[in-house]
Amino acid sequence: MSNARYPEWQPDTAQALIAPIAAAEPGPVLLCLQAVQAHFGYVPGDAIAMIASACNVSRADVHGVFTFYADLRDTPPPAVPVRLCAAEACQAVGARQLKADWSAACGDDAGLAALTGVDEPIFCLGNCALGPAALVGGELLGRADVSRLKAAVSCAQAAGEGS
Amino acid sequence: MTVWFVPRDAAARSMGADAVASALEARGETVVRNGSRGLLWMEPLVERAEERHGPRVGWSNMTAAQIEAGLPNEQSEQYVGRVEEIDYLARQNRWIYERVGITDPTDPDDYLAYGGLAGLKNALAMSGSEVVQAVTDSGLRGRGGAGFPAGIKWRTVADQPPAPHSGESQAAPAHKYICVNADEGDSGTFADRMLMEGDPFCLLEGMTIAAHAVGADRGLVYLRSEYPDAIATLQSAIWIAREQGWLGANILGSDLCFDVEIRVGAGSYVCGEETAMLESLEGRRGMVRAKPPLPAIKGLFGTPTVINNVLTIASVPSILARGAKAYAALGQNRSLGTQVFQLAGNIARGGIVETAFGISARELIEDFGGGTQSGRPLRAVQIGGPLGAYLSPEKLDVAMEYEALIEAGGMIGHGGVVLFDDTVNMAEQARFAMDFCVEESCGKCTPCRIGAVRGVETIDKIRAGQNVEANTELLRDLCDVMTHGSLCAMGGLTPNPVLSALNSFPEDFASTVIATG
Repeated sequence: MSNARYPEWQPDTAQALIAPIAAAEPGPVLLCLQAVQAHFGYVPGDAIAMIASACNVSRADVHGVFTFYADLRDTPPPAVPVRLCAAEACQAVGARQLKADWSAACGDDAGLAALTGVDEPIFCLGNCALGPAALVGGELLGRADVSRLKAAVSCAQAAGEGS
Repeated sequence: MTVWFVPRDAAARSMGADAVASALEARGETVVRNGSRGLLWMEPLVERAEERHGPRVGWSNMTAAQIEAGLPNEQSEQYVGRVEEIDYLARQNRWIYERVGITDPTDPDDYLAYGGLAGLKNALAMSGSEVVQAVTDSGLRGRGGAGFPAGIKWRTVADQPPAPHSGESQAAPAHKYICVNADEGDSGTFADRMLMEGDPFCLLEGMTIAAHAVGADRGLVYLRSEYPDAIATLQSAIWIAREQGWLGANILGSDLCFDVEIRVGAGSYVCGEETAMLESLEGRRGMVRAKPPLPAIKGLFGTPTVINNVLTIASVPSILARGAKAYAALGQNRSLGTQVFQLAGNIARGGIVETAFGISARELIEDFGGGTQSGRPLRAVQIGGPLGAYLSPEKLDVAMEYEALIEAGGMIGHGGVVLFDDTVNMAEQARFAMDFCVEESCGKCTPCRIGAVRGVETIDKIRAGQNVEANTELLRDLCDVMTHGSLCAMGGLTPNPVLSALNSFPEDFASTVIATG
């Protein structure tokens, strides 16, 4: 789905992001991938070839880096990604139940599911004394439950439309 | 003039601190966004002072709606009195965290007003070698978990000549690096994050002292992407420090030239392992390197590199300011100074407790933490992150220090303490430990890459009641292979939570057998 937070893929813009990093930085591949994703929200296949050429490494090398890191994605992100912490400190305060409850809420509401995407687990947000923790549209939420998650999604959505 | 303090720390923001601050401003009040005191169950903890640097009183768990209804007063049930006198804070001994929660994190005047740069000024009056000696004398050991003496690591780097990046000609510029490991991936730990959000200048000052000590010219902070607030705050602090002449050329009028940049991680736990971190900083897959060569001799881009955890580096300014002797007088045995413990999970009073090494786990959990949040009986405590052992409640008299915890079958790790109540299923936790290793293994060595997959399968078989005895023996054998055959701590320590769960809580592995007939 389209995402108003990020511009459409534009090869010239990508090239302009990549070139200075490739020229100035030692070991630039990951930095280039991150710069493309920060701008467009994801790393399209075309960017892999572009980065390989700019950094003078093989496409396989760039693809290898791309696939290693959980953050890097090859499809546009949902408008308000919701990611629930799946690590131990949050497990101790019901993260497993929250995951099930949130899946059920998204199952009941196709609009919510499309807006927030498939929950990709995240391991630790550093909010371990106020769990369960979640990241909603990039904002940290403590003591998360379904109603707090929904409220945070609405809030992030409104902020996104306002900008 | 009355000043209100509302933390800008991510944990406080996750409980609505931004809305509280906006509500106060809407009433025409002056608001300073401080770091968090680390009394996280009270967040948002709103404080009031009659003047900017005066004593403060506080109110816990404030909401924007409450502020909109009226400014809080001393009759409120949420009133906590003088903040410094709250038992949880008053009983701590804060060195690394001396300013966190007190200052505006990115206000350089505040930093100076509360003792900032005293350590760097002392260090610059000494030779690099004398600074290394002071750090050695302080007994400071790595706070990332391995506990290697910082002074010895620094001495090794100091003794190396700077080197050009590998692959470049010998005539190319030569460097040494200070790399701070801020890839705080352990569940139950957040002290690096809160320090970077609450007192980022302290980290930069520590790095600058390290640069002077070993002769480094470049600094990098490898900061995980899961910490957007820490990234933003530290980046602001770097810009401000450059403006102030605290970073860059001729720092504080000395010969020292040193600058710091942030490199953001990309969602990989194993990149907290120091050699995987170097690979990631060099832009590659975060695959663990075999040692030797040590990073201190051939580290980032082949140059001599100091790699220290955030808390290790952030300990250095106060050590140089207050003296190595005073620091080494704290703690016990080979664990000297203070540790920033983090109380997390199912805990009534979670947060930051900085105190001398040697406090018992029980004192942390019961006296500071107040037991479980749910009010149910405590069943297990995981100390030291996902690779740390699960301890049963009767083992909690263990002293919180490097060696005593190892003797007790655990490890101090990064100082995280995660509580579980009696609803936890320890077989499920053991399975998770293996599954986490499946997810996060870099894949370089076989015991970790394949062993973790087999570990999940074997635990599933045990829980399903298939050949329980044989599969339990197989699991123990597998753990032995992983412990002794893995290249780094990821595979090598994953058996810690698995075996401790199996040994201390065997009934959880058996109960599912009964349940499934």
